[in-house]
Amino acid sequence: MKVKYFAWVRERVGKAEETIEPPATVRTVEELIAWLSGQSEAYAYAFEKPKVIRTAIDHTHVKPDAAIAGAREIAFFPPMTGG
Amino acid sequence: MTSPVTASPVTACPVTIRIQQDDFDIAREIAVLTGSRTDIGAVVSFSGICRGDEDSAKIAALTLEHYPGMAEEEIRRHADEATARWPLDGVTVIHRVGRFMPGQNIVLVLTASQHRQAAFQAAEFLMDYLKTNAPFWKKEESATGTGWVEAQARDDEAAARWTRP
Repeated sequence: MKVKYFAWVRERVGKAEETIEPPATVRTVEELIAWLSGQSEAYAYAFEKPKVIRTAIDHTHVKPDAAIAGAREIAFFPPMTGG
Repeated sequence: MTSPVTASPVTACPVTIRIQQDDFDIAREIAVLTGSRTDIGAVVSFSGICRGDEDSAKIAALTLEHYPGMAEEEIRRHADEATARWPLDGVTVIHRVGRFMPGQNIVLVLTASQHRQAAFQAAEFLMDYLKTNAPFWKKEESATGTGWVEAQARDDEAAARWTRP
């Protein structure tokens, strides 16, 4: 699946997007965040406060317990500050 | 970088959503929205402008980043909800991205209706949701450095008041 990062999450991860293949045991958004956090210091820093992170699956906001099965694009970003 | 204009399917309420670097002309956008129609009795216009100071700190510039694709879709979802909740005759939302100096336009919301109440309420609803749910982020440059703007609890509270009981 494709993963995108925005704002300070992007800066901390060090890239805007990538393709990842998490193991089948990673089923939800919060499990994916935990798995990514274990991949490197950069991810651990980006996701150090997982409750702050907002997630969208295929352009729709989702909650941390949302299933990631079938997702084409998952995005992680801080709370939004547009307008 | 200008996103294509997204026009609604055939409905009584045309919805225009644009995300662009270029400035907008409020008078021109109102003229486009109302056209030659004579059934519209009220147009509410909200423009968000880059402020020159934040909590007494001087702001040199703001940079707006967005999530292309989702930003348009999220605004569209809220515009559709607004047209379902209020008797609107037209909605225009233009959000700029890029780097802005104090005094420059950032966002425009126009709502048209037969009467003012629907237009006022829908414009406020759209702005409240835009601030909390549309994927845009502001980075602030000031004399003390550069940093991402933090989301405000008062914006969440403003959006929450539109939730139906």
